[in-house]
Amino acid sequence: MNPIKKLFDNIHPYVEEGGKFHAFRSLVDGFETFAFVPNTTSRVGSVNIHDAIDSKRIMSFVVIALLPALFFGMYNVGYQNALAAGHLADATFWGMFWYGFLAVLPKIIVSYVVGLGIEFVVAQWKNEEIQEGFLVSGIIIPMIVPVTCPLWMLAIAVAFSVILAKEIFGGTGMNIFNPALITRAFLFFSYPSAMTGDATVWVSQDTILGLGYKATDAYTAATPLGEAAQAGFTGFAPETIENAITGLIPGCIGETSVIAIALGGLLLLWTGVASWKTMLSVFVGGACTGYLMQALGLTHILWYEHLVLGGFAFGAVFMATDPVTSARTECGKYVYGLLIGFIAVLVRVLTPGYPEGMMLAILLMNLFASLIDYCFVQSNINMRAKRATIK
Amino acid sequence: MSKLFSDENKAAFTGPLNVNNPITVQVLGICSALAVTSQLKPAIVMGLSVTVITAFSNVIISLLRKTIPNRIRIIVQLVVVAALVTIVSQLLKAYVYDVSVQLSVYVGLIITNCILMGRLEAFAMQNGPWPSFLDGIGNGLGYAAILVIVGFVRELFGFGTLFGYSVIPESWYVSNGGWYQNNGMMVMPAMSLIIVGCVIWAHRSINKEEK
Repeated sequence: MNPIKKLFDNIHPYVEEGGKFHAFRSLVDGFETFAFVPNTTSRVGSVNIHDAIDSKRIMSFVVIALLPALFFGMYNVGYQNALAAGHLADATFWGMFWYGFLAVLPKIIVSYVVGLGIEFVVAQWKNEEIQEGFLVSGIIIPMIVPVTCPLWMLAIAVAFSVILAKEIFGGTGMNIFNPALITRAFLFFSYPSAMTGDATVWVSQDTILGLGYKATDAYTAATPLGEAAQAGFTGFAPETIENAITGLIPGCIGETSVIAIALGGLLLLWTGVASWKTMLSVFVGGACTGYLMQALGLTHILWYEHLVLGGFAFGAVFMATDPVTSARTECGKYVYGLLIGFIAVLVRVLTPGYPEGMMLAILLMNLFASLIDYCFVQSNINMRAKRATIK
Repeated sequence: MSKLFSDENKAAFTGPLNVNNPITVQVLGICSALAVTSQLKPAIVMGLSVTVITAFSNVIISLLRKTIPNRIRIIVQLVVVAALVTIVSQLLKAYVYDVSVQLSVYVGLIITNCILMGRLEAFAMQNGPWPSFLDGIGNGLGYAAILVIVGFVRELFGFGTLFGYSVIPESWYVSNGGWYQNNGMMVMPAMSLIIVGCVIWAHRSINKEEK
């Protein structure tokens, strides 16, 4: 630790007011507070208690929790590529993983460079402390796009969401909508052919730096939900659901494996970063609605299949539980989660144009989170006011 | 002549173009700004139609202002505006039929455009015909300017064209082996709301000193 501390101490004079590289103050500040908990204390005169686990530490937990899904996603990219080219038998585990790593890495770099770049510029311009919220968004964004998504589209979408969904609301902690989902929504509505529908977007079909295989001719692989949306669908084969649980299905990079997501989810619950109430109620809401739809004969997808397919698990574990955009009252979390599950399945089953509804469900409920909180806070106030009246 | 272009009259004309813009400052007439701006041509035609109608309805109401009974003034204003809208709508159908088809109901809906009623109530009922005319032209052009900005952005990024002529080289497109794709969201009305928001943001940060 000490050499790093020394490095920051040496850099400090250059970036202070009047220093040579003052323009990079926010950058240095950002990295320093990321590496060390700041040793500044609250101002005298106000009662504040600071936990050593500040928001940068919380963000690091989430990033660690995302790693299993990310690494599995990389492996799955390679696996799908080998499957597409018909070379599954002679592909090695590491070969597939490194192929996926090379396919995903540019997206992570673009997402971080564009997003953090804008955040650093804004922080420097407003003379504020650098805001760390993009650490998590920056890793989530590459995980919720298809592997073939062009980098320039990703860059535009990240810039759009960081500026219009985050900075204009006041930055980290003030945003109404989840910036990662806004990025995805922007891509989804702006470039639908690169994001969904067309069955070739889910599988990387070319070699990268000599790794991987070239698919022989236009190989198409629809996601299970995409298949289910087509006419003549009568139910999934059991292997599909098994593959959806392990994660060996076509889909967005990080969302396919329920097992990897569950590992991350357990870490989030164990550290107390995410609320189990929100997470549980999303699954309960989805399962109940799925059961209802199945009982009404509207769909051939069984109720538990909804929970393992598409982005449901990823959304429930990592997106719905975002502490900034979700409901904050304890009872409100149940309502918020149940409605996300309900709307997600409703969109999947009842709207033919959208085989996947998790993104739309979470964004819609982000909008209503503060209303839910208001209702619960107000009803609590009313209840107490009633109790206080003297008869 | 100097009386015709006094400072007050000049202010009636230039105010709405910038510091008192009907869209970016008063936030009126947003509905049509969202509906007709997916391409430049209908945006310009719409802007000009509103300019003509605002100017002449302002003049007519201003001439009648002393004879209109106060209690039925809204009805009288509506009759005047409706008559002018009908004339403009017929002219558009006669001379630029394709654009009038694109604008569809929105030409008829100029009757309910908040800018018109706002100017008639706030300006024409208190001022003479000449200042009212200038005020109408100013407000119409202020409205048209924002429509053109939004239409420019939406047509350029949504269709890759300007006035229907393609601006982005054909070889860039994915279908021709390139990398570019048009932004489908620009074609949706939701995006024009966001662009209008950005224009308001830019406008307010330029004119900060007023507040």
